[in-house]
Amino acid sequence: MTKPGGFNWVALIVRVGFVLGVLAVWDYVTQNDIVSPIFLPPIRLVAVKFVQIIQSSTLYANLWVTVVEVISAFAIASTVGLTLGYLIGRSRYATTVLEPLIAGLFAIPVIIFLPIFILFFGIDIPSKIAFGATYAFFPIVLNTIGAVANVDQRLVTVARAMGANEQQLFRRVLFPAALPVIVTGLRMGAIVAFLSILASEQIAGLRGLGTRIVRLGEGMNMAEMFAYIVFVIIIAGLLNVSLTRLQRHFTPVEARQ
Amino acid sequence: MTSVSTSMPEVPSLSPMTRLRDYFLLRPGAARLVICIALVALWEISGHTIMDPDFLSPPSAIIQAIPRVLGNPGVLGALWDTFYELVLAFAISVVLGVLIAIPIGMHKFTLRSALPLVLLLYSIPQVTILPLFVLYFGVGAGSKIAFGVTHGIFPIILNVIAGLQTLEAALLTAAHSMGANRRQIFRRVVLPHLTPSLFAGLRLAMSGTLLGVLLAELYVSAGGIGYYTKLFSESFDPSATFTLVGALALMAVFLNEVVRRAEKRASFWRTQQQ
Repeated sequence: MTKPGGFNWVALIVRVGFVLGVLAVWDYVTQNDIVSPIFLPPIRLVAVKFVQIIQSSTLYANLWVTVVEVISAFAIASTVGLTLGYLIGRSRYATTVLEPLIAGLFAIPVIIFLPIFILFFGIDIPSKIAFGATYAFFPIVLNTIGAVANVDQRLVTVARAMGANEQQLFRRVLFPAALPVIVTGLRMGAIVAFLSILASEQIAGLRGLGTRIVRLGEGMNMAEMFAYIVFVIIIAGLLNVSLTRLQRHFTPVEARQ
Repeated sequence: MTSVSTSMPEVPSLSPMTRLRDYFLLRPGAARLVICIALVALWEISGHTIMDPDFLSPPSAIIQAIPRVLGNPGVLGALWDTFYELVLAFAISVVLGVLIAIPIGMHKFTLRSALPLVLLLYSIPQVTILPLFVLYFGVGAGSKIAFGVTHGIFPIILNVIAGLQTLEAALLTAAHSMGANRRQIFRRVVLPHLTPSLFAGLRLAMSGTLLGVLLAELYVSAGGIGYYTKLFSESFDPSATFTLVGALALMAVFLNEVVRRAEKRASFWRTQQQ
């Protein structure tokens, strides 16, 4: 497709053109009353609302709730996931026994268990944290197991032969060798935590961005709801881009594409 | 002759613990089973001792609740509806996905211009627009199927496009020079070549469809699964919630397994290429 290192201008033009085209059609059909404003609010009104909401305290109160939930969920998932993943991945037997169990469990969509999380932790913030942490736990633990279990055994043998103790082995060999794959798991975990928490806020919640979007929709505040959706999509995009950058930072140069 | 047996060295007898350890070391599957049984036993015990029965039902209580919950025609109907939505959303994702992907992947120009669009749309987090789907498609099956399709279609499109990129030009040239027309080339060369990547896409599409449909089902509380989960949790009937969740989990496992088997069957004749 694109030359390595080259910039895909076609992709950029097509993307910008597509977005502008969608916006133009949206503006046209709403200005000429082809589509009811209940279904599709006029884009100009959405723009006005967007400027209003980013100056309102309601947005930041809800954003704060969601951010706290995502950070807590990610902290729990990465602590448990990295520890368990390391312990399991270090032992070949534990990997053989437990890895298929965890992977098999992950094949069931975790979203099914949301009612049980709400049952246990209530409808407010704790259930969102627990749900997000559970969802994020799986990619983190599976990647960590894979990363630690697949470290080139020659490296381990050589380090042992040169007299490395367990701590040195971890710090100098296992950790650096496994890091790129572990970071991939952490990136997936962070995104999954964010998206699953948004989803659970929409399904049942008292506050947070997801709940806010649903409440606005129920109140038929379509323009403001669209403004919130745009805001969340921007946040998700920023999260994705920054995490991908961060991951590149941890990927060895020779493994980059 | 008789002295031979007595002069044999005695085999040192292993302690039962060592033998047990060796048994599980040689059989990881048995160890897995023991872990699962232990977890269920722990669950049962905690259900009778430390946990509030309003929130956690022990497995025995859930099993007792199964006939009552599944005997409710509303619950059974909701489960069947979900199953139909899943199958339909999956089928639509596959057919639409292949129809979209083939024209994009077959030509350099469409690939360069349309693939960025697909990736752009794919990067939008769909959960943010879930309320819009309900608004546009109603609270019935339509919104759930549509939301499932938005999750299921992208893996198909991307995998089929990726599969087309590895199609060797020599194969096309050979077929062409042997006098195959466009339709024959498509049927005899392109489609068989696509099989492995398509089926890899099917597996991802199934997990996407499951996620999308179940998300929408739980979100809409006016009917279906969402209504019953809400009803059961509001009436403090955890056994019923667990039964419903268990039935959905079985459904997910079943559908995943069907696709996995189909993948194994369809690509037995060629080595997996990655």
